[in-house]
Amino acid sequence: MSTEVNAIQFFSGFQVSDLWYLAKGAGGTIVISAIAISVGTILGCLFGWALSVSRWANMTLGSVLDVFRSVPLIIQLLLFFNFLPILGLPVGPFAAGTIVLIFYTAALVAQVARGGIEAVPSSMRNAARSLGMTYWQDIRYVVMPVGLRAVLPAWTGVALGVLKDSALVSVLGYIELLRASQILVTRTQEPFIILTIVGLFYFALSYPISKMTARLEQRWQYD
Amino acid sequence: MIELKSVEKKFGDITVLKGIDLSVEKGEVISVIGASGSGKSTMLYCINALEKIQSGQIIVDGIDVHADQTNLNELRRHIGMVFQQWNSFPHLSVLDNVALAPKLVLGKSKDEAYSIAEKQLKHVGLGDKLDVYPTRMSGGQQQRLAIARALAMEPDYMLFDEVTSALDPELVGEVLDTLRLLRDDGMTMIVVTHEISFARDVSDRVAFFHQGVIEEIGQAQQLINDPQKERTQQFLSNVR
Repeated sequence: MSTEVNAIQFFSGFQVSDLWYLAKGAGGTIVISAIAISVGTILGCLFGWALSVSRWANMTLGSVLDVFRSVPLIIQLLLFFNFLPILGLPVGPFAAGTIVLIFYTAALVAQVARGGIEAVPSSMRNAARSLGMTYWQDIRYVVMPVGLRAVLPAWTGVALGVLKDSALVSVLGYIELLRASQILVTRTQEPFIILTIVGLFYFALSYPISKMTARLEQRWQYD
Repeated sequence: MIELKSVEKKFGDITVLKGIDLSVEKGEVISVIGASGSGKSTMLYCINALEKIQSGQIIVDGIDVHADQTNLNELRRHIGMVFQQWNSFPHLSVLDNVALAPKLVLGKSKDEAYSIAEKQLKHVGLGDKLDVYPTRMSGGQQQRLAIARALAMEPDYMLFDEVTSALDPELVGEVLDTLRLLRDDGMTMIVVTHEISFARDVSDRVAFFHQGVIEEIGQAQQLINDPQKERTQQFLSNVR
């Protein structure tokens, strides 16, 4: 008798409390994306700077970054997650996913940052140096603001891409938005409702980013 | 005083400056004329070490510019430079464009830097543009802004690299007038230019560059009106 009841409850319909479960999944997406985008952007700016100043870095670092940019993220995730334990370095799904996502972001941001630095005319940098500014003052007060304005739209694209690509970390078992939804779909057999809600969640996460950068872009217009 | 002694500069295999000797006294205005590619602009870039030299010496107020121990950031405070492209900082207002270097390099307070900037901008006739962004201004105005920006460092010398070449013809006059103003202030200037009549009327001496050497140098009026060397005569008859 009791086994029958359990069998019936195994598939139960979508409940309001499941929204809370999805929200927690969204929290996972936010955490992993926020870390990947912020750390990956800082790292990517350093890489981009290295690419712009040194031909040697361009050859070595550039090809490493090309690998991260060219190999599908899902393969990078699975390889990294499954190979580290072989080397005796077990990592959890969260750590593995975060690390891979950071380097993936950094590889994309590096090219954006290099583009930003190269968007600043060398004659403008000469002008800054001729005023007695140091190399780093030129970088901080001329190259960064001018370059950032040039590549903000491209960076926004990367950030939104990473936010959505973070869904792939679900393959490692880390419970973020997509993984949470898959678990619910399995239980409720109501993919339509749940995936729609999940889509709305992703939209709610992405929209503020694109809105915010669009406003920055407008405020930063040269006028 | 700026002194160049047998300065040689190469870009790869190409020798751009083939032993330049030149000295510029305090208060003197020297114009440098010559065909494109003759090395005039390169010489200016070498004087404040935006380009390295391969041999020879450049000495500014007793300091060997290209010696390893020379602090270039310190040296460049004393040598203002204005470029063919005006290179306004597009993200800063006109006032901030000029105030930036005094703040960063000279360590002036914000108020001091702004008052220096305002003074220099008024001097070049941009007193009514302080809060404007440079992209809203004409090329001539932006070039005057570049001059004010260099002057705000209170340099002892000013280098001008074809500052009117990228301007529409009707805007050339206002920039040349600003240069005249500086001459009247007693500024020491090296002016690389294609404006022959300006060179004749405003400078003390004129140097004619040909393929990396100073072919002829002399008093401005005399060199322009009565050049001695055949190449100088040829160049001047071509540009007139």
